[in-house]
Amino acid sequence: MKIVVCVKYVPDATADRGFNEDGTTDRESVDSLLSELDEYAIEQALQIVESGVEAEITYLTVGPDDATDALRKALAMGGDNAVHVNDDDIQGTDALGTSLILAKAIEANGYDLVICGMASTDGGMGVVPAMLAERLGVPQVTYLDEVKVEGGVVKGRREGDTATEQVEASLPAVISVTDRTGEARFPSFKGIMAARKKPLESKDLDDLGIDSDEVGLSAAWSTVDAATARPARTKGEVVTDEGEGGVQLATFLAAKKFI
Amino acid sequence: MALAPIDPKDPLGIDDLFDAEELAVRDTVRRFCAERVTPHVAGWFERGELPTVRELAVELGRIGVFGMHLEGYGCAGASAVQYGLACLELEACDSGLRSLVSVQGSLAMYAIHRFGSEEQKQAWLPRMAAGEALGCFGLTEPDVGSDPASMRTHAKRDGSDWILNGRKMWITNGSVASVAVVWARTDEGVRGFVVPTDTPGFAAHDIHHKMSLRASVTSELVLDDVRLPDSAVLPEVVGMRGPLTCLNEARYGIVWGSLGAARTCLQAALDYAATREQFGRPIAGFQLTQAKFADMAVELHKGLLLALHLGRRKDAGTLRPEQVSFGKLNNVREAIEICRTARTILGANGISLEYPVMRHAANLESVLTYEGTSEMHTLVIGKALTGLDAFR
Ligand SMILES: Cc1cc2nc3c(=O)[nH]c(=O)nc-3n(C[C@H](O)[C@@H](O)[C@H](O)COP(=O)(O)OP(=O)(O)OC[C@H]3O[C@@H](n4cnc5c(N)ncnc54)[C@H](O)[C@@H]3O)c2cc1C
Ligand SMILES: Cc1cc2nc3c(=O)[nH]c(=O)nc-3n(C[C@H](O)[C@H](O)[C@H](O)COP(=O)(O)OP(=O)(O)OC[C@H]3O[C@@H](n4cnc5c(N)ncnc54)[C@H](O)[C@@H]3O)c2cc1C
Repeated sequence: MKIVVCVKYVPDATADRGFNEDGTTDRESVDSLLSELDEYAIEQALQIVESGVEAEITYLTVGPDDATDALRKALAMGGDNAVHVNDDDIQGTDALGTSLILAKAIEANGYDLVICGMASTDGGMGVVPAMLAERLGVPQVTYLDEVKVEGGVVKGRREGDTATEQVEASLPAVISVTDRTGEARFPSFKGIMAARKKPLESKDLDDLGIDSDEVGLSAAWSTVDAATARPARTKGEVVTDEGEGGVQLATFLAAKKFI
Repeated sequence: MALAPIDPKDPLGIDDLFDAEELAVRDTVRRFCAERVTPHVAGWFERGELPTVRELAVELGRIGVFGMHLEGYGCAGASAVQYGLACLELEACDSGLRSLVSVQGSLAMYAIHRFGSEEQKQAWLPRMAAGEALGCFGLTEPDVGSDPASMRTHAKRDGSDWILNGRKMWITNGSVASVAVVWARTDEGVRGFVVPTDTPGFAAHDIHHKMSLRASVTSELVLDDVRLPDSAVLPEVVGMRGPLTCLNEARYGIVWGSLGAARTCLQAALDYAATREQFGRPIAGFQLTQAKFADMAVELHKGLLLALHLGRRKDAGTLRPEQVSFGKLNNVREAIEICRTARTILGANGISLEYPVMRHAANLESVLTYEGTSEMHTLVIGKALTGLDAFR
């Protein structure tokens, strides 16, 4: 079978991130990397193969030139090949547009199972997997904490606030997995060296039969009007206990509406 | 275009000189150390032990650090720069960890890979790469250090066998090794022997009371009438070129590794000085402290440029042994100075194992001495510059 893992190349969440004047993400001034939450998706794909399911693993990303770094990192962890969709006209694409591009690329590649992360570490909307399933016209099982593939069915466990669900879907299907699925592996050096030789294909919108006015900033259904940096954290208030510290604490919490 | 602000961890932007694959190797080792070793290493150092060395070796084998720069036989086939970056990350954790890896990969495995027979390579390299078998390298003796050509350990022919006798001292990984590469004088000149450590007559005793490299196994090897078949000798080299070629490999790793220890100490001192207040303000704000930081950072990053330069030459096949001496002399000397300076910034806390600085400073005392003392490397450079040999 064919497994496609969607991985996003995102600005480093630990760096100082910002926006361009048109509200799009400033990718020039920060380093980017493979979204950490997508490492869990990669790990699950590799584990499915290690559990005895015969499958080819393809990584797919929509992103700028150096998004190949994310694909190489994924290939270093394991898997077979990668597809990079890159086109100047993609700049500014929203989640709807991204899901369109991903869907076309996935159809072109062929698939039985699509695995996504639970959310990107930059946009963080967590909507792409659902949109993708809709566009592909296949079942979606999202936010899985545990994944298994058996006899043409993908099964999993979803931990909710009030209940734990066991869910399953017939293949082909789209799933997204959480950061509770288990630590992603370290790429070994042999994996890193082998990644260099694994096929990595580049595609543009033409290759996928997508019109440039279907995507990009101008086609986005939503826009970023303004972005304001969160105010810097201020120093906490220190309560010195001189006999009525408890009262002071309670007053503080009540004033902040915590109690 | 506005320039990005300085990154205090990489003020010269040296990271831009590494490619994605090199950074991937670095990330893997960094993450491995942070998760698997750093939380335990101060405890091991305090107790002077490496209790889980076999499990640790298998885990290190899984990521592929052992003999990573060698080709084939289960080795990763990495570049010299990638190997250097791995050494740096390992030693940023502890010099003992880097020593374990250096001796395994650059001394024991390298000797077999470079000078061994096909049979020796098949027998040992895949298991050593996987961390299932550890190796050691016996050159130094109780009475012979900087002048190894005067070694006393010797091997004599007995029919088609060899009989090995002597003592080796200060041997890293000695008592935990499955195989020892032992150098001995013979009628033909110095030869290397691949000695399974369960051979009768071979014994290893740990050296205790070390005040440095405490999280590393250091042993004495005793060789009493060790009988070896002819197939145990390394066929491809006769003479001191054998051990010296291997040492040059390991030394190259130290050029990078020592800077890891320095980086950890500089970072610990920066963190400490930012929060430690005296006279009503953080000690990082005092000019004397800042002068220390500036000097430490200047030497650390100059050292990195030097290491990278040597690494690129090694990958291009143009690195001379004298250039490795240059790197080892400078980088270990500056690294130990940085660690000692960091120690002063932490005040009394600087002598505590709660912080990494004293451990690293103490470790580097060994690094200054092994793989050629700083004096020896000074003389190598002196000879290169003057053409005059001042050793003897
Ligand atoms: C700062 C910022 C502001 C944005 N503002 C808007 C906005 O106002 N309106 C709007 O509609 N969109 C916006 N976007 C969305 C962005 O441009 C999307 O197209 C994005 O790729 C998908 O949304 P997400 O990152 O939230 O993905 P999520 O839905 O959180 O991602 C879930 C999973 O989908 C997969 N995936 C997502 N993107 C990709 C990709 N490019 N390549 C491969 N796999 C992928 C991954 O597996 C990921 O784990 C913004 C993004 C950023 C970074
Ligand atoms: C922790 C540790 C691990 C080690 N691991 C190994 C190992 O795995 N395998 C191995 O074979 N060895 C190992 N060694 C040994 C190390 O390589 C030797 O200690 C080193 O070569 C120096 O030899 P020495 O200690 O006998 O000092 P000596 O050679 O006796 O030197 C003593 C001092 O005299 C100086 N000196 C000597 N000759 C001259 C000269 N001509 N001119 C000026 N100064 C001179 C030296 O620089 C030094 O300062 C290890 C050592 C340590 C501390």
